[in-house]
Amino acid sequence: MATTFTLNGKSTTVNVDPQMPLLWVLRDTLDLTGTKFGCGMALCGACTVHINGEAARSCITPVSSVQGKKVTTIEGLSADGSHPVQKAWIAEDVPQCGYCQSGQIMSAAALLAKKQKPTDADIDDAMSGNICRCGTYQRIRKAIHRAAGSTGA
Amino acid sequence: MSSTSLLDRRSFLKNTAAAGAGLWIAFHLPVSNAQENAAKQEKKPPNPLNAWIHVSPDNHVTLIVGKSEMGQGIMTALPMILAEELSLDWKTVRIEQAPTDPAIYDLGTGGSGSVAGSYLPLRRAGAAAREMFITAAAQHWNVNRDTCVAKDGGILHGARKNFLTYGELADAASKLPVPDFKTVPLKNPSDFTIVGHDTRRYEGIEKINGTAKFGIDSRVPGMQYAVIERCPIFGGKLKSFDAAKAKAVPGVIDVFSIDPVGTSAFTAGGVVVIADSSWAAMQGRKALQVSWDEGPHASESSDSLRQQFLTNAAKPGKVVRNDGDADAAISSATKKVDVVYEFPFAAHATMEPMNCTVHIRPDGAEAWVPTQAPQWAQDVIAGVSGLPRESVIVHTTLMGGGFGRRYMGDFVMEAAQVAKVTHKPVMVLWTREDDMQHDFYRPSSYHHLSGAVDTNGNLAAWKHFQTSTSIDAMWSPKGKETPENSEFATAIFIPYQTPNYRIEYAVAQSGVPRAWWRSVEHSTSGFVVESFVDELAAAAGADPLAFRLRLIGDDRTIPDFGNPKEGKPLVTSRLKGVLNLAAQKAPWGNPLPKGHAQGIATYYSFESYTACVAEVSVENGAIKVHRLVYAVDCGRPINPNGVAAQVEGAAIYGLSAALYDAITIRGGRVEQSNFNDYAMPRIADTPKTEVYVVPSNEEPTGIGEPGLPVVVPAICNAVFAATGKRLRRFPIRNEDLA
Repeated sequence: MATTFTLNGKSTTVNVDPQMPLLWVLRDTLDLTGTKFGCGMALCGACTVHINGEAARSCITPVSSVQGKKVTTIEGLSADGSHPVQKAWIAEDVPQCGYCQSGQIMSAAALLAKKQKPTDADIDDAMSGNICRCGTYQRIRKAIHRAAGSTGA
Repeated sequence: MSSTSLLDRRSFLKNTAAAGAGLWIAFHLPVSNAQENAAKQEKKPPNPLNAWIHVSPDNHVTLIVGKSEMGQGIMTALPMILAEELSLDWKTVRIEQAPTDPAIYDLGTGGSGSVAGSYLPLRRAGAAAREMFITAAAQHWNVNRDTCVAKDGGILHGARKNFLTYGELADAASKLPVPDFKTVPLKNPSDFTIVGHDTRRYEGIEKINGTAKFGIDSRVPGMQYAVIERCPIFGGKLKSFDAAKAKAVPGVIDVFSIDPVGTSAFTAGGVVVIADSSWAAMQGRKALQVSWDEGPHASESSDSLRQQFLTNAAKPGKVVRNDGDADAAISSATKKVDVVYEFPFAAHATMEPMNCTVHIRPDGAEAWVPTQAPQWAQDVIAGVSGLPRESVIVHTTLMGGGFGRRYMGDFVMEAAQVAKVTHKPVMVLWTREDDMQHDFYRPSSYHHLSGAVDTNGNLAAWKHFQTSTSIDAMWSPKGKETPENSEFATAIFIPYQTPNYRIEYAVAQSGVPRAWWRSVEHSTSGFVVESFVDELAAAAGADPLAFRLRLIGDDRTIPDFGNPKEGKPLVTSRLKGVLNLAAQKAPWGNPLPKGHAQGIATYYSFESYTACVAEVSVENGAIKVHRLVYAVDCGRPINPNGVAAQVEGAAIYGLSAALYDAITIRGGRVEQSNFNDYAMPRIADTPKTEVYVVPSNEEPTGIGEPGLPVVVPAICNAVFAATGKRLRRFPIRNEDLA
């Protein structure tokens, strides 16, 4: 069955099992591997994408549910890594292994789209669904404040 | 005094490769010639312009990294060393992963040994290449080579102000003889402009724009996806399966079984579902009907293991070390402490689940492997396919975490077995559940500590009985087990002086696979030593910092008891140095907000020195860690920013094992399956962490793991200071705080 949605600004149609999670459509059908598989149960946030601008866990999102919607992945966040969150991530040298960072960045970008100057409590709330096993959380917090031009409170 | 030959981790890893080689023979696999190669390289190092530094005629310099990147920053740190000796402009350098060529590159990435082991060889390689460029330039200009210097990626002739880039010189330089590595002049460290300077991660850009390729991102034309249904009970075997329903799932291509492979691979075997997507393979697996022969470990549980520990602890263990008479000193002392510490199994839980992509053709094989041991992967695939290892190409991909898990060969073995059947490129993908329930776990252990302080506040005796499941027992040939080798570490040469010191060990039997978990035995030894010395300080009525400094005593060196010749001795002045630095930065003993308290710990591991002051409070029955202040001495820091990152990360990894993680066993299988029941620290749990790196001219030593062992004892000692409660079993339970 065909599902059509806007992926990183381009209309995209896939013919797959409508129940297949968006994560696997992105990774296996469309070869967009920047979005990661971590748990398959929306517990770790590695698969975070934006659906109509909201952070969503693509591993539990059936592809049929994004019919007609706008999906943005890490590959589409900016053309050249110039999104303020991406620039802040480089400035703070956030990534270690880097595997979770696509999801962290997508969660952080969704937060900043809603709240230009997030507090530490806002960050704790918005980022609580994203696990980093390398433990880069302190730098993630700094980078979000940097991207927001705020110092944290 | 009786003693046992104990290996340090690094020699264990070396020997693991050797042991692996022996075991391959049993499986009719080719003998690894890694050790022969290492000896050859020592005698005649490879031409650095082939092995390490590639310069194109248009002057692009590519540095080769011969270790695997799992987040620890080795893809940045090692090339920094080469770039320094070559006086390159770091911003223009390109870095590539080395191919799997055991004649040039070494065995694997583990034991926090990459920088320590590569620092001098890479300096020499970089310096040799520089000298070759200088000679080529001097010949070109027909001048004395003493008038030429390396600068900004080329050679400058001072007198004439001539400049030739390495690109212009590469062809001529590569034809020159390679200078003797033993006498090649090395840069004066005071002239370093790259080494010792904060440097951003080389591959950071691709990790923020989605282009970084991890093993799981391998995409090969015509590839298929596989998942494996493994027996959930360790040691169980496939009895029968019915694939009819699985084969009816859209996208499923084939279903077949693979056999388990024993010692060295330690795979479970199982039923393989091949499909055209990961999702279809998982759906197919759900439709399988499988019955298992549950094997010999089906009745094992965490409770039965604890019973074994208690039974073992009721008897004397094997004496590992014995100075003086600890039992007599303890029985006659007035101030004594007698406690038990217990640790569960712990899973690695790398964010990228295990996976491996292999294509076996009649004439050769190619594989994309997120591995800490690429040459081992090559051996495994060669063995399974029957191909000569030279025709097996292994691409070492980025790893979404390693922590020791990806040193193992099991996930490569399975993928090779599957690829041998399919004849097509195939990725064997593990789900989170597969990864959590078929890990090689940090051993579970039980420690009985008894000790005493005399009336002068000196340490009268220290006795440590340990019983545990053992990593070494996984590997040792039957009848030659020295299970304690992998389980003690620095706990057998504590820095605290006492005339009466006794270490005993008893192995516990278990079907649960064990292997190296970040900082390995130090993750438990560090807690045991640093919690117990804190308990003794309390018994003595002494300040925990002053008590440690006093017991460490005068400046001296303590030989590595297990490995006195090869292991570096513990230098007490450096240990006191990090203790004092962490205490000064905290500052130790400063007034704190109401309900807050500090705890301290120090430890020596991977030849590095760490100390940590934790500030905690306990509110509503939960521990809140407010701040961690670390001091680390890892010799000359190559990339201080990377050192800090490793310590920040190790703290969180350690925190996970104290506050959240436990793998428990029931019915011979792991009870946990995903991050809902094996919980991880999240951003809100992250303390403010400060890392102070000691400036040093000593040889660089490990840093990927040494940040871990001190964090849990520092936190728990702080909890004691705040509440009077000692935490002696993990993960910490609410009732232990009440």
